[in-house]
This record gives sequence, structure tokens and C-alpha cells, in this order.
Amino acid sequence: MSETKPRTSAFFEARDRATDYLVRRHHLRWPEVLPWLVAIACFFLFPNRMTFGSQVLIMIMFALSLDLILGYAGIVTLGHAAFFGIGAYTVALASLKLGWSEPISGLFGAAVIAGLVGVVVGWFILRYRGLTLLMLTIAFAAMLQESGNLRSDITGGYDGLPGLTFDPLLGAFQYDLYGHTNYWYALAALAVVFYLVRRIVYSPFGQTLTGIRENVRRMHSIGSPVHRRLVTVYAISAAIAGVAGALFTQTNAYVTLTVFDFDSSAKVMVMLILGGTGRLYGPFLGATVYMVLEDYFSKLSPTFWQFGIGILLVLTVLFARRGLLGVAEDFVRLRLSGRAGDAAPRRLVWKPEHWKALGASALDGAILGFLIGFAANLSRTELMSSFVAGTPARAFIFTLGGAAIGAGINAVYLLITSRSAVAGAAS
Amino acid sequence: MPQIANIVVSVLFDGLAYAMFLFITAVGLSVTMGLMGFVNLAHGAFAMAGGFVVVSLTRSYGIDFIPSLLIAAVLIGLISVRFEKRLYRRLYKSTDLEQVLLTIGLAFMAIAAFTYFYGPIPKSVPLPHWLEGDVNLGFRRFPSYRAFLIVVGAALIAVLWYVFENTNIGAKIRAAVDNRRMAESVGINVDRLFTLTFAVGSGLAALGGGLAIQLFGLTPSFAVLYLVLFLIVVAVGGLGSLKGTLLAALVIGIIDTGGKYAFPVAGNLFIYAITALVLLIKPSGFYGRE
Amino acid sequence: MSAALDVKSLNRSFGALHVTRDVNLTLERGARRALIGPNGAGKTTLINLITGVLKPSSGAIVLDGADVTATSQAERARRGLARTFQINQLFRGLTVLENICMVIAERDGHANNLWRPTGTKRVILEEGLDHLDALRLTEDALKLVRELPYGRQRLVEIAMALAQRPRVLLLDEPAAGVPSSESHLILDAVAALDPDIAVLIIEHDMDVVFRFAKEITVLVQGAVFTQGTPEEIRRNEKVREVYLGQEHHHG
Repeated sequence: MSETKPRTSAFFEARDRATDYLVRRHHLRWPEVLPWLVAIACFFLFPNRMTFGSQVLIMIMFALSLDLILGYAGIVTLGHAAFFGIGAYTVALASLKLGWSEPISGLFGAAVIAGLVGVVVGWFILRYRGLTLLMLTIAFAAMLQESGNLRSDITGGYDGLPGLTFDPLLGAFQYDLYGHTNYWYALAALAVVFYLVRRIVYSPFGQTLTGIRENVRRMHSIGSPVHRRLVTVYAISAAIAGVAGALFTQTNAYVTLTVFDFDSSAKVMVMLILGGTGRLYGPFLGATVYMVLEDYFSKLSPTFWQFGIGILLVLTVLFARRGLLGVAEDFVRLRLSGRAGDAAPRRLVWKPEHWKALGASALDGAILGFLIGFAANLSRTELMSSFVAGTPARAFIFTLGGAAIGAGINAVYLLITSRSAVAGAAS
Repeated sequence: MPQIANIVVSVLFDGLAYAMFLFITAVGLSVTMGLMGFVNLAHGAFAMAGGFVVVSLTRSYGIDFIPSLLIAAVLIGLISVRFEKRLYRRLYKSTDLEQVLLTIGLAFMAIAAFTYFYGPIPKSVPLPHWLEGDVNLGFRRFPSYRAFLIVVGAALIAVLWYVFENTNIGAKIRAAVDNRRMAESVGINVDRLFTLTFAVGSGLAALGGGLAIQLFGLTPSFAVLYLVLFLIVVAVGGLGSLKGTLLAALVIGIIDTGGKYAFPVAGNLFIYAITALVLLIKPSGFYGRE
Repeated sequence: MSAALDVKSLNRSFGALHVTRDVNLTLERGARRALIGPNGAGKTTLINLITGVLKPSSGAIVLDGADVTATSQAERARRGLARTFQINQLFRGLTVLENICMVIAERDGHANNLWRPTGTKRVILEEGLDHLDALRLTEDALKLVRELPYGRQRLVEIAMALAQRPRVLLLDEPAAGVPSSESHLILDAVAALDPDIAVLIIEHDMDVVFRFAKEITVLVQGAVFTQGTPEEIRRNEKVREVYLGQEHHHG
């Protein structure tokens, strides 16, 4: 087929290198032990936060399930709480109505039921994409929730089903008040689920998911049964979410319809984005960071927490698209490659377009200032009344102040970035 | 009037008013999504902001309700242009997911900020006396405010319809929604068109928010509570279609009102069921482009 | 023996717009046919109809004697139909080798495996490397596709199609977008194609067409204007008017 150009050693080297890389791709790398060591360490470091710890592990599993469908296959869904809820209620109702309270088989049962529902739902809705698919996923979870409310005699409605009991683990380990048993239980379950997910991700099937996400047109044209693949991964993802939900019920001995909340689907997506999509360890990082921050800040001030989440999302999309893992990797790579530019002198290069940028920021600041001054009730006690007390004078002052602050912030930003631009150019 | 007919008329009337609110607020979202494919989940926040501007104008500055509505619409419309230019424009080439996340983040920030400045207690607005109480239409009496809402809605629909179908601008918008690349090659400046429609859409959202205060009371979480509803109207109606948004608003508005009256326990079940049904049968919505 | 590809009375309309008009086309085994025509003639639409991206309004597509008109894109690919796209459709975030191996894994059914890691099937790796070698891409095997210059990406596009081991190959302007310094790579690759494969190539560059093609089909406004050998087409006055005339004006 090709002309006989003499085979150089470079050619054979390239060939071997390529083979090596792909053959070794799935091998365990030593940093992969870290998350597990940290999880074990937490048990000894924070022994009285273990109920919280279990919930973090459950969220990691939930985020992992979403990663398969969103991060790897690229399917945007805001209704994954549906499967979490199905798993949660499967074990709850099995325990209450069928007297089946063996925990481990409960997890399997939840996985099977959630997975089956995933197959059926996925078969219908995965023909669509974009807004249509998004709304269908939202609608499905919402309909489950509303239907559950219709039969609140069975589901306990939004008040829920308290006081559920489950058999001791493996017949031997009793549940204790501190949630220690639950923690190890959740950790073991997470380890098993993670092993399965890891195998899937590194398998040829997992590779096709990436292909579907990257270029579905191409996948169709090379003969890939795209719909079948998506339904399969959706079902697996649903099953895992179901296991997470089942664990939730078992570790809390309680379940309510709020497990189906839209908020829950949105939250797990934020966790995943935060950690980094399409990565095995993104869910670990994202869920942990989110849960810890939420635990601390939402008790401090729910409003502040909501603002924090909002700004975190905005900054992530604008500057850290690959999530915390991506940022960490970039950082490590930068350190490893060495920054020769650091030795360069720190001169500031002020260009004419910087004035334009300042003006733009001043305008932004002015607008914000105007809005605040126009509306702001600076006497906090009056917030309880129906009246607000902005004044024209205050609006005017705040507008000017806002402009100044806006320009100021931008000036600082420019100073920092143009210095590193100089440094970078020299490296 | 016989009892059952009375109830039906009431439901239709309330449903119609509700539908008008949905249409006014959601139409901007539909056209901008159809035109640019940009998923703006902060749209609800614009509506909420409009509502609070009306609250401030009427309560702190003593301006009448109707002028306040107009001022709020214009103000938010103008501010939204700034948003579009500074933030949204960077994401036109991004994935849907990134747009969803950015705009949701903005919505959260807005809700938190408004909660901080206005407090979480639902706000109301002082209405002119002719909007309070009932209006007598001969065969029975109807709540004046809802009648007002229906009239405003109908007027806006007429204006928008005229602009869409009978003016140059409207034709350009429809062309660009239909096939963006071809519209550009024919010389239509789609970017400028988008800024215009975005501003008008956000202004209408603010108007809708202001009008909603009397219906639901206004809290900052209005921004996300009703967002799903707006998305439903947009998805079911079809992106970029005036007719579609109107039809979807009517269907959702009337069926939701009727459903909540007849089976209050079912809550939002009917709306979600309709959504799923329509989208499964016609994924692009009533009048969406395939 | 049936033809590799037989297109019968193919029609496609978008509302009132009749973009493909009663097209008949046959590719025998080993065919080297060029599809030419002015811009907007509907050449890519025809490829999309043959591959299954679009459904025809009427007509039939027969692949190796079997009617595939109602089957999906993927099914046709599995039956031996491969295509390249006018604009590269590659997995830009993956390495070149992973791109090729994706194709091979789909072809031999290995892609359905959820359990065994990709690297353990060395046969696939070896074959992938062979395909890369045939197009002189071995050194780029571990580079991410998006890091390659456009011309080499185009070669990967062709390698992907070849990795399907197709019986029928449709090339949509393979040299499009490739800087002239690199276009010889594409042309050499096309010239070296397996003589058993039936190849249909859309091309605007008439040098390439006359060098490569044994038969030429001229498409104008969605209909087959004329077909024949390169000599016949070159001598055909009407073709000159309709198409080659335009080329000469462009210079």
C-alpha cells in the first residue's frame, strides 16, 4: 500500500510509545490511593462528624453517577434526583411494606429497580437533546414527586417516613449513635461502585461515550449504535444513583419526597462541575468541597451561601472550566515546567485600550451602585417592614461610588495581569 | 349564572390572566433562545428585578403603579443590554451546559443580593383604586386586576404580532430564527438584532414581574420558582415562535388553574405531564422549528 | 454480480425546494468516480442521502445488492459504507491513535465491551498503527487531533474512513481547506486507495478530478446533467458552459 521508505528507528520508537501509552492507560496510578486514604483518615480525625461524613460519601456516589452520563457521555440532565429518589423509596417501602430490611440486598434491589426505570425512560427521552431533553428530565423527576404526593399515604409525602429500621450489616455490625458503622458501610459501597465505574470508563464502551460526547455525527457514520449506548449508560447511571439514594435512606433511617427535588438535581450538577466533569475523581473533589462549604456557610448565613454558590458557578464557567481538578492539574504542570519568567523585571505596560477597559468597568460599577443606592435599605431593622427606603440622593452617591469601585477593581486586575503578561513573554 | 358554568367561567378567566402573565414574561426568553440558541436561565431574575424596581418606585418614590411598570421595563431592558455585552457575549460559542451554569449562577447571585437588600418577606404594591375590587361586565363581576392583566396582555400580543408579521424588523427576526447563516449572508446584522430582541425580551420580563406582584406576592426566589414554568412555556411552545409561546401559555395557564381548582392535591402534576406529552410527540414544541 | 452502490431515482425536497432530482448513479467494485458540479448543485446533499443522514423523498439506495433506503446511518456503515466529511469531523480531544482505534473497535464489535480495558486488545492497536502508517501519520499517533495542522487532520479523516475497511468510500472534498503545501499528501493517499474499493469523490479541483477519475458525473441543480469518461466530459461543450466555464473565470 505505501512506498517502501526505509523504516527508521524513530518510526519503531513512535510505534512502541503509542502502544505503551494505550496499554498502560488503565493501570492504577499511585495518586489514586489518596482519596481513599483521606476518607479513612477522616474517620480518625473527625470521629464525631461521621454522620456528615456518610452524607458526603453518598453525594460523591451520586455525583459519580451523574459524571457517567453528563461528564463522559455529554448528556445534560437536571432530573437525576429521580433515580436517587427511586432508590431511596425502594428500600424504605421494602422495609415498611415487605419487611425486607437487609441492607446490602436492599442496595441491589434499589440498583435493579432504578436501573430498569432508567432503561425505560432513557429509551424514550434519549432520542432528544438540548432544551427538549432537559425539560423531559425535569418533568420526569417532578412527576414522580407530585405522584408521590398524591399517594402520601404510602410515601409519607413531604413529611416523609421516619423511624425506618434496617438489619445490622452482615448480620453482625450494629448501628451506633455516632454513625461509625454507617460511615464504613458507605465507604465500602462507594469503593465497589467506584471500581465498576472505573472499569467502564477505561473499557471500549467507555471510550465510545467520549466519542459520542465529542462528535456524535462521527459516531453515527462509523456504525456506532449511539442510542443503544446512551440508554445503557443512562441505566447504569440511574442504578448507581439509586444505590446512593438507598444508602441515604438507610443511613438516615428516614426518607421524604424532598429527595426528588429539582434543587437536588441542580446541586449534584454543581458539585460535579466544581470538581471537574469527565474525570473519575472530579466527583470526589467537587462533592466534598461543596458539602463542607455548605455545611459551614449555610449555617452562618443562607443568603451569603447562595451568593457564594452563584459566584462560584460564574467564576468556574468563566475561568476554571475544567473544575478544581483542572485547576490543580494546571497548577502542577506549571510548577513542574518551571517559570523562567519569574526572574524578569516587573514592569507595568500600560496600553491605551486599558483606559477603555477601565471605563467599561466604571460603567458596570455605576449601574450596580445606582441599583443599590436606589433600593438599598441600609437600616437592616427595617427589612421586616414592607417598605423599602432608597432615596434619589443615595442613588446618586452610590452611582458615583460604584463607578469608582468598578474602575478601581479593574485597574488592580489590569496591573496584576499586565505584569504577568510581561513576565510570561520573557519566559 | 348556573353554578357549574360560573365555575368554568371563573377558571377560564383566572387561567387567561395567568396565561397573560406567562406569555409576557416568557416571550422574551423564547425569541432570544430561538434566535441565538443562548440558554438564559437568569431570565427569571430579570423578571424578579423588575418587580422589585416597581416596589421601590411605588413605595419609596411615590410614583404611580402604571408609570412604575413602564420605568421598570425600560430600566431593566437597558441594564440587560449591558449584561449581554459584558458577559453573555463571551458564551455564545460555549456549550449549553456552560450557558446554563453561568446564568443560573447569576440568578443565584441576584436572589441573594435582593434578599439582602429587600429582605425575604413578600412585598406588595399600592394599586390605583380602579384596579382594586371588581369590574362589572354585565353578566357577572370579575376581579379588576385580572381583567387589567388580560387587557394588557391582549394589547401586547397585538403589538408584538403586528411587529413580528408586518414590519421589516419582524421579518428579519423571523428570518434569523429560521436560518441564521442565511440571514447573515443576506445582510441582516444578527448580532444587533439579537441585542435589540434581548433588551425588549428582558424589558417584557421585568414588566411581567411587576404585574405578578399582585398575583403572587414578590420574593427574591421568584427568580427560580417560576423559571421552570417559563422554560416549560418556551419548550412546549417552540423556540423563537410568538404563536407557540402564546398557545403554550394559554394551555399551561388554563389547565394549571383548572387542575389546581379541581384536584389541588395533584399540584403541578398536570403541567409536567403536559410538558412530557407534548415534547415526546413533538420535540420542538407546538410551533418550533424542526 | 451486483454493483457496490446503486442509487435509483433518488429525490429529496425541502418543502417547495427540490434539491435532489431523480438521480441515478452506479458504482461498480473498484470504481473511481468523481462527482462535480457548480456550488449549490446538491453534491453534499446527495452524499448525505446515500449515507443516511437525510431520508429521501423517493427512490432507493442499494448497497451490495441489499436495499438500505430505510436503514440508519450506523447500519449502512456496518455494511461497508464509509465517508469523509467536507469539514473534519474528528474526536479533537483524543489522540490520533485513539481516533482510529475507536473506528476499529466499532467495526469488530469490541466497542460493546464494558469490562476489559481498551489497552488489552493489542490487535486493535496494531491495526490502528498500520492504518496510520499507510498515511504516514505514525509520528502523530499520540498527539491530540486538535494540535495537528489542518492538512494532517484531513489525513486522519481519511484514515478513519479507511479503518472501517469499507466496500464503498465517499470522499467529500478531501483536499478542501488543506494548504497547497500539504495537498499532495491527500492526493497521494487517494491515489493509493485499495483498487477493490468503490470510490466516489466530490472535488472542485479539476486537476485532481482528471488525474483520479475513471468516470465523472456532473450534477447541476440537483439533477444528473451528464455522465461519462474524463475525455467525454472534457470535450462536452455544455459542461464547459455550465461548470468549467465558471472555473476558468476564477482563474
